[in-house]
Order: sequence, then C-alpha cells, then structure tokens
Amino acid sequence: MKIHEYQAKELFRKYNVPVPEGKVAFSKQEAVNNAKELGNYPVVVKAQIHAGGRGKGGGVKLASSEAEVAALTDEILGMTLVTRQTGPQGKEVKKVLIEAGQNIAKELYLSIMVDRASAKVVIMASQAGGMNIEEVAAETPEKIIKVYVDPLCGIQGYHLREAAFGLEIPSAAMKQFSGMLKQLYTLFMENDCSLVEINPLILTSDDRVIALDAKVDIDANSMFRHKDLLEYRDLDEEDPLEVEASKFNLNYINLDGNVGNIVNGAGLAMATMDIIKNAGAEPANFMDVGGGASAEQVENALRIILRDDKVKAILINIFGGILRCDVFAQGIVQAAEKTGINIPLVVRMEGTNVEEGKKILEASGLNLTSAVDLKDAAAKVAAAV
Amino acid sequence: MSIFVNKNSKVLVQGITGREGQFHTRQCIEYGTSVVAGVTPGKGGQKMDDVPVFNTVADAVKTTGANTSMIFVPPPFCADAIMEAADAGVKVIIAITEGIPILDMLRVKNFLATKDCRLIGPNCPGIITPGECKIGIMPGKIHMSGGPAGVMSRSGTLTYEVVDQLTKLGIGQTTCLGIGGDPIIGTNFIDVLEAFQNDPDTKGIVMVGEIGGNAEEQAAEYIKKNVTKPVVGFISGLTAPPGRRMGHAGAIISGGSGTGQAKVEAFEKNGIHVCRNLGEIGEICAKVF
Repeated sequence: MKIHEYQAKELFRKYNVPVPEGKVAFSKQEAVNNAKELGNYPVVVKAQIHAGGRGKGGGVKLASSEAEVAALTDEILGMTLVTRQTGPQGKEVKKVLIEAGQNIAKELYLSIMVDRASAKVVIMASQAGGMNIEEVAAETPEKIIKVYVDPLCGIQGYHLREAAFGLEIPSAAMKQFSGMLKQLYTLFMENDCSLVEINPLILTSDDRVIALDAKVDIDANSMFRHKDLLEYRDLDEEDPLEVEASKFNLNYINLDGNVGNIVNGAGLAMATMDIIKNAGAEPANFMDVGGGASAEQVENALRIILRDDKVKAILINIFGGILRCDVFAQGIVQAAEKTGINIPLVVRMEGTNVEEGKKILEASGLNLTSAVDLKDAAAKVAAAV
Repeated sequence: MSIFVNKNSKVLVQGITGREGQFHTRQCIEYGTSVVAGVTPGKGGQKMDDVPVFNTVADAVKTTGANTSMIFVPPPFCADAIMEAADAGVKVIIAITEGIPILDMLRVKNFLATKDCRLIGPNCPGIITPGECKIGIMPGKIHMSGGPAGVMSRSGTLTYEVVDQLTKLGIGQTTCLGIGGDPIIGTNFIDVLEAFQNDPDTKGIVMVGEIGGNAEEQAAEYIKKNVTKPVVGFISGLTAPPGRRMGHAGAIISGGSGTGQAKVEAFEKNGIHVCRNLGEIGEICAKVF
C-alpha cells in the first residue's frame, strides 16, 4: 500500500526521524494558514500524489511570500501532474504539503527494503542524493552502498557505522545520523514496510541530517495487524474500478487495450494477457479471480469489466481444477444473463468435467463463442475486436 | 523416481480442520497420499474423517512418524506454523497459504537456514509425484505418471495448463511442483533443477517463470553450467506494466529489473528452449524431450 509523503513524515515524527516542519493543505486558504504558522520564508509547496519525480513534473515549488504561497497552491492544486511514474495520463493533485525551506549543504540518498535474493533487509545509501536512484544504480553502481541486516539479529552498531562512513557523514553529525538510521530501521520493521526511502536526505550547513522527502510503502499482506495504518489509504489515488474489484477480493489492474479478460490464477492471467497480444490484440486488464474461484466471483469480475468502456470483447479463460467446469459454465451463463452482456464473449474452459461444461454453454442460447484451446481462444477474441 | 516426495511420504496437515484443509486433505487421500495426521491447536484427540488430529506438530510427529507437512494455516499464523514444523523435525514442509507478510517470511527463511528441512512455497499449489502422492491443491486427474518431464513453476493454474498439454500429448511427469508466487520462498528454481538433474527418470525439465525478481536469470546461468538435460522455458507477464503487482506478491517489475524480456533473453543466451506462446508449450516439449 502506498501512502503520501505527508503521511510518511507523520510516521517519521513518531519515530523521531527528523523532518522539516510542515502540514498538509487541501485548499488555498489552508495552505496560506500553514505558511503563516511556519512564520519564515521561503516555504516549499509540494504536490501530494502517489508517484515519484514530482519536482521534475512541476509539482514542487519554492515560495518566498504569502502571496506566492497562494499563487503556487492555486497552480498546483487541481493540476494533472505527469511524472515518470504516473504514466502519460498523469494524476490530479488534490492536496499540497506546505513545508519550511531548508539550508542544504549536501544531498544524500537513503532507503531500506527487503532483498529477495539474500532474504535480508538491505540499507541502500548513496552520496548521489536527489537524483533518480535507478539511474545511479545503472550508470555508477559503485556510488551505492549496500548494508545487509539479518532480520533475526536486528540492526547493530557496525551496520550504522558502515552506512555513516560510506556516506562520509561529518563527525559532528555522526551521532544524530546513527540514531536516525536505527529509528528508521525500527519504523521499517514495526510497520511491515516494503520500502522506506528518503531522497534526498539532507545535511544542513550546521551539521544536522533531515529527511527532506519521505516515501513509505506498506506490505498489503500485513494490514491485518496495522489497522491504524489503514487510515492512510487514499482511494482518490486508485483506479475506481480497481477499488471496486478489491472489495470482492479480485486481483484487477486496468490497462490500455480493448480485450477484457477473466482468468483463474495470477500466472495464467498474465499468460493470457500475453497470448492476447501475441494474437495481435491488446489486453484491457489483468483479472485474476483466484485459483479456485467460484461462479459468483466470475460474475463480479464480468460486471466490473463491462463497466470499462474501452472493452470491445471479453475472453474468459478458466482452468477448472478442483472446481468443476460444469459448475463454472452455469456461473457464466447466470452472470451473462444478469449482466446483459452485449459484446462478443469467447469462453475457453479446460479441466474437470469440461464436456458437461461445454454442453451447458451450448444449450444456454447465449451469444458466446467456445474455444478449443488457448491459441484458438486468443485468435477468436482478437478477431472479434 | 521423483524428487522431494514419493509414496513413502507420511504427510501431516497443519490446519486440517479448516474448510480448505478438510477439502484438500480428502482430495489428497483420494489420490492415494498417505495422510497420517492433522494438527489444529485445541482440537487434539479429535479426528478429521479417519485422520487423528493433534495439538502440536511435535505430538503428531512423535506419534505417527510424519515426515512431510502440508500447511493451510491462515496468513497471520502461518510463519509460526512453518517454524513449528521445522522445529519438530519435519523434513519437507509445503506451505499452500497465500498472503503471508513478507517480513514474517524473512524471519522464517533465516530461521530455516539453521534447520535440516526443505520448505516449498508459500503461496504455491504444492507438489505431486503422479501415481504416488499429491500434496497440494492441484487437480490430480490431469497428471500422467512415469516421466519423462519434470515441471516447476512459480504459478498454480498456469502449471495445470502446462501439465494438461503434456498429458494430452502422452508426455508423463516425474514430479510437478509450484515453488510459489511470493518474493521470499523456501525452494527456488536452482534447488529444483539440481534435484531434477539427479533424478534418473526425469529426462527433460519444464520451467515456468514470470516477471519480478531475478530467479529465472540465475536459474538460466545455473542450467548452462550444471544441467545436461533439455529445459523448456516459458515466462508469463511479457505484457505486464512496470510498477504494478500482478496478483502474485512477487510479480512486479521494479526499477527496470524483473522484466519478462530480460528473462527470455537470459533463457535464450543459456541454451533453454524458449516457448513464446503458452498454447504451444506441449508441442515444444514433445519435440525436445
């Protein structure tokens, strides 16, 4: 689960990780009031959306007066911000963070995440702060320090020293930096984060470290023990159809093509998208109804996909394992009748009781095309759009 | 022959009295698997059909000699269940559960490194040695015993699709397993490749990968150096957009790494027979094996 920068900074404050003074604003008036509370200029007006690269996209601006805060907030609130992470359609800005400007001596990069290969927690740090870290990693990997922490032992002093010396933290800031990194690790573990990233972490001219930016992703699988963090979910940042799908435990991702598809199992769903593309069409979505999905799940999935105007034909690909194809076929017929489907529907079923299933589909009188195998299914649905 | 499990596997089921646990235990028994015990804390002394239920894994192992565990425990308690099995001396642990927090799995993985046991999964369909035993949720019927193919995959239904094509073409399987769709899993492709390479009845290997991480790239390099048997490889998710989690927690392209294209290239570079269209994987195996 992604959260906003201002929410991440709220978490940082709880763990005594230093952040600039600041507050979120949903309107121009609120932004001006927040700036007045800060008392000093310049202040920074930062667009709050779930994507990085906001500065380059024009979503982060410096204001040196109350009038400028008002003007810049006016400009940023409501704008469609396009960054390298939003895709070309961009995201509408609905809130801004008003923050005290800082005196920057040096910009650093710091993050904590899980390393899949070693099954350790990894701290990544670099003196190339404020830049796109993926580019730094690709072009100058020697500029990135990686410190691996065994989750059973937790973070030790030598981990902190490795990071601090690697970043050439001045001795006057050493103690504060180490304390901050230790707290950040605790925050990561206690909140089941999948990523904590500070880019840039700044060193001020009076030798303090401050998290100028903050990005925190929470492991969605851990939400059962973080009810408090659920408040941070922002439905405005999610695709409305995806939000609807999540209510029914459907794994759905809205894409750009025009062939809707419904599949049981994530791997088979991805492969089905690929095979649609191979056949010369474009998938409109990823939709996994679950490995052992019920007829009801198929109906929910069909309803959601039919609400997507781009969809010109639908492919249902079900591998009936434990769940029998005849039961599934009945579900599809019911769903098609209830939803009043009026675009071409291609059904490919395989597995247990597939013959009975096919008979049910044929007898239903519904306008659907049966496919004998995957290749046939993809060709038929591609021909239909 | 087979890998990891066979007709001598004595299986205990953790979470046997739950809805999923009951259903799939019955399916496994029907297939011929020797299920000797179940574990549900607080229900020790009861029975699930004819299977005795114990409060702890240690009790179950001591009384029945179970050496393999299949786990259906819900995500909040699953890490605990895996570690309990490992501590009780179970040698092969198969975790079906989907949705375990990644930090829990991190602790499990580092804990298991100190134990003499193998974890398969989590978030996997399990493992089947056709004709001998089925320990998982896959449909038994679609499989065909006797080899020559060994099948390994990060997915569930996608594996069934592959197996179904093989069986229809008369290509039997030695062992088929899903290694799991999570970012942190117990057994990886390389562990399975090593086992298939050492299994005399396995003449060819099917590897079904997907986007995310770099397990396929590492496996491809391992194959070039260590595997003499032909390998047919397939990658799902070539059309997946970056930054989105495609159902499986592990299936995400992040920061330009984990792309399907990079994996296909690694396959090609290392002599793996690449299948580009899932509908053709059976035919390719028929030609290669």
